[in-house]
Amino acid sequence: MKLQRKNRLRALSLGAVAVSGALALTACGSDDTGSSGSGDSTTAANSSIKCDDAKGQLLANGSSAQKNAIDAWVKQFSTACKDVQINYKSEGSGAGVTAFTQGQVAFAGSDSALKPEEVTASKEVCKDGQGIDLPMVGGPIAVGYNVPGVEGLVLDSKTLAGIFDSKITKWNDAAIKKLNPDATLPNLKIQAFHRSDESGTTDNFTKYLIAAAPDQWKYEGGKAWQAKGGQSAAGSSGVAQQVKEVPGAISYMELSYAKDGITAAKLDTGASAPVEATVENATTAIADAKVVGTGADLALELNRATKADGAYPITLVTYEIVCDKGNKAETLAATKAFLTYIASEDGQKVLAENDYAPIPEEIIAKVRTTVASLS
Amino acid sequence: MEISTKNPDNSDNPDNADNPGNPESLEAPSRLSPPSGAEQKRAARGATRPGDRIFLGLSRGSGIFLLVIMAAIAIFLTYRSVLAISKDESNFLTTLEWNPTAAEPSFGIAVLVYGTVVSSIIAMVIAVPIAVGIALFITHYAPRRLGGAISYVIDLLAAVPSIVYGLWGALVLAPHLIGLYGWLDDYFGWTGILDWQGGAPRSLFTVGILLAIMILPIITSVSREVFRQAPQMHQEAALALGATRWEVIRMSVLPFGRSGIISASMLGLGRALGETMAVATVLSSSFEINASLLDPGGGTFAQNIASKFSEATVMGRDALIASGLVLFVITLLVNGAARMIIARRAEYSGANA
Amino acid sequence: MSQITETQPPSSLQGATLPKWTPWAIAAGSVALGLGISAAAGLDSSIQWGLMAAIFFVGGSYGIAARVEGRRQAKDRVVTSLVWVAFLLAVVPLVSLIWETVKRGVKVFDGYFLTHSMGLIADDEPGGGIYHAILGTLEQVGIATVISVPVGILTAVYLVEYGRGNLAKAVTFFVDVMTGIPSIVAGLFVLSFWILILDMGPSGFAGSMALTILMLPVIVRSTEEMLKLVPNELREASLALGVPKWRTIMKVVLPTSIGGITTGVMLAVARITGETAPVLLLVWGSAFINTDPFDGPQASLPMYIYQQYANSGGAGVAYDRAWAAALTLIGFVMILNLAARGIARWKAPSTGR
Repeated sequence: MKLQRKNRLRALSLGAVAVSGALALTACGSDDTGSSGSGDSTTAANSSIKCDDAKGQLLANGSSAQKNAIDAWVKQFSTACKDVQINYKSEGSGAGVTAFTQGQVAFAGSDSALKPEEVTASKEVCKDGQGIDLPMVGGPIAVGYNVPGVEGLVLDSKTLAGIFDSKITKWNDAAIKKLNPDATLPNLKIQAFHRSDESGTTDNFTKYLIAAAPDQWKYEGGKAWQAKGGQSAAGSSGVAQQVKEVPGAISYMELSYAKDGITAAKLDTGASAPVEATVENATTAIADAKVVGTGADLALELNRATKADGAYPITLVTYEIVCDKGNKAETLAATKAFLTYIASEDGQKVLAENDYAPIPEEIIAKVRTTVASLS
Repeated sequence: MEISTKNPDNSDNPDNADNPGNPESLEAPSRLSPPSGAEQKRAARGATRPGDRIFLGLSRGSGIFLLVIMAAIAIFLTYRSVLAISKDESNFLTTLEWNPTAAEPSFGIAVLVYGTVVSSIIAMVIAVPIAVGIALFITHYAPRRLGGAISYVIDLLAAVPSIVYGLWGALVLAPHLIGLYGWLDDYFGWTGILDWQGGAPRSLFTVGILLAIMILPIITSVSREVFRQAPQMHQEAALALGATRWEVIRMSVLPFGRSGIISASMLGLGRALGETMAVATVLSSSFEINASLLDPGGGTFAQNIASKFSEATVMGRDALIASGLVLFVITLLVNGAARMIIARRAEYSGANA
Repeated sequence: MSQITETQPPSSLQGATLPKWTPWAIAAGSVALGLGISAAAGLDSSIQWGLMAAIFFVGGSYGIAARVEGRRQAKDRVVTSLVWVAFLLAVVPLVSLIWETVKRGVKVFDGYFLTHSMGLIADDEPGGGIYHAILGTLEQVGIATVISVPVGILTAVYLVEYGRGNLAKAVTFFVDVMTGIPSIVAGLFVLSFWILILDMGPSGFAGSMALTILMLPVIVRSTEEMLKLVPNELREASLALGVPKWRTIMKVVLPTSIGGITTGVMLAVARITGETAPVLLLVWGSAFINTDPFDGPQASLPMYIYQQYANSGGAGVAYDRAWAAALTLIGFVMILNLAARGIARWKAPSTGR
């Protein structure tokens, strides 16, 4: 019995140690990450950030394709407006829109514009208004490959469709040879990877194939991969990992992933020279887009079959989705301040440094007017 | 204890027949025999003291609490699933595609059932014998100090987050399997099941191996605890009769631990069936059924939910929930089968040892 | 527990026995043979020669022992070698996994990393830390444990010590169903009733509720298994002394099985500590420190790992952070495990059986 009491005492003291340890722990952490994030050139002047009376926590959810852009913006914005905390969760476009129509978030990020039924659903959240799409970020989708000894590969839409539909199975196939007369193509099996999860990247990539090679690519498209055959991996990270590891692999991914052993292919669009996947070329392609949204909605339709010089057609535009009227009162000021900033010139300038394409001036000007009228 | 709830009539005979050496076996199994009137009276008498009543109330309350949560989840799932399935234009059980957002929603779970069952079977076939082996190693073979260290490491591995298992599987395990795959293809390719076209080895077979590694710690830990409790007297008696170490284990440890091993395996299987991130990272999934285990393709319930969930519309979510409900049913069937096995061979399980 | 089996050479009464070093010699021989054959056949995969060596080892042990010691001893030797092989088979991947995590994790793992949050550091920039995630994980897992351990153990007590009739049957049934619940489904359930219906907003507590749902079945099942192993003689002896049933349970039954129960609880904690999906749905995630689990978004380690891996645009620094966080998570569970084992050892009665 005596022994047991001693044990209890020991257990108690252990518990005390644990609790005090936890208390000590809460005291020593810090949010101040200081100047360790170096290499930022635009930190200087941010006159375009007007905090006004904005404060509080802003929750947002959506596309992971624009996550890094949002991160960069939030960094600038929060340094200026200390009272606002912006919390963007990159769960995916669909999750973002769902969270928006359920009223969980102040704004959503999405790779595709709202569908009619989603607009209807948004009317329950936005009093007297509806959800609208504001194009804020563009980005090239690179076709990355890993073929030892082959640099500057050129592909066109028909070959791409053939490769991803398992019609072209060897790297020294005649169709690829024809486009790359100077390259020494190995007799290597092509391992075409696609995304196993649903994603806006897949959607935009297949939309390009449908528009530019309608005879070769006969699937409907959509966020889920439709063609049979080939290999798959989860997320852009997973796809990039596989392309790095497997010789002969090819896949599509956001430009920022195409590095460290992955080369981005050039695209023969019918322009005078093959187009590289770069930020500038993506902006050129977006400039060709039409606004198809009505009213305050600024949904874009890209011209994916473009043959213009220096326009990279496999491009993705991501939107911020907000209510035009009837945003929640407590978050309206902060939302407006943040969106005003990212649509401003300073905000758009941040994009190019992060492998994203700014939205062309003509369209972003409309976005600014719309943001100013949010209520 | 399940015997009394499932199969009370069966437990009585083997109990006495197989265990004649135990003088207590007639008296002891207060829960093994069907609840007789006298026993209920005894239980009732025990519960008349205030402390007992409070304690009984507390533990029964916990049971009811758990029941209420689960019933709520079950109702919620069923409700959402019915919403989804009623809109499904094709047969939910046999369709080989997943397209819930189309104008005419069409989705089915055939691929997922196949993938889940196959990968779990592979995982169990690999993991259970090895886990039992390690548990025996720790309790009966290894030097005591080494055994302690190993069991500690094994417990630790249960904590590795599944995303890390997934990354390890994709970066380390899969490349190492190329040789094995080639081998299997060379010698067993003619079976069709082990045919391999080449390509990255990220198939259901790899997933099975990875799942086996993931569930090893759970099965090992629980079996180890069970083997530790094996009655020392029986083992010493067997040794005294000149039995080898294996005979001791076979005759006194394994029968004693049978129900524990099965329960442990069920816990492991539960994790294998519901494993999400690791499978999603390693499997090269597609919505088709391949006869070959080595070629990429297929999918599992949890992996499919994880892959489609983030981009799903409300209808898509409901469809995924419906597939989750099927996973429930599968788990239930497997667990039920396991409980029946335990009940049939109940002589050692429980307190009459 | 004393290990009589290992101190006593098996059947020393029998005639010829192999010298003590025989297993080692056979092992060395089979590894050499395996390596030799792979070199000769030009197989480059380490898995192949490993498997071959394992087969030679088991076969060799049997062959040699059968000639010298007779069949019973040979069987014993085969099982011993099988157990060793099982141990090695399991240890190789597990060690590889830990090695990989440590190797990749130590790059950014330092005091700064542990005491700072991500703050305003973008995911593709170097710097930042995981303080906020550690805090979130501690609080969420802590709350879930505080809720589910008493409920789980009491439920198991109810099932084993009191449970009869329909309620026990229903609870057993639902615990079985619950073991296979995919974590995201638990998350969805809490999302729809707590956040959407009650309109509470994301918080650490919402995540804890989902984790509780995932934790309960593991605790109930393993505790149930351990309670069943407590010999009835102990209960009866206690009851015969006039000790009330609840005191018997608290003072005799639970302490006797505390080791196994602790293992079960640790397994459950380990399982939920690595959960990503429900936390992502319910706790939302945050780059800043939030010490209040009942209000506002928090972060958690597995979610941090997942986000650094999946959403960082392929930045190498983010992958480093993910591995370092994984290392922290494993270390965290390791410490927890040590503490729990210590408590279990103090609380357990001295093994007098």
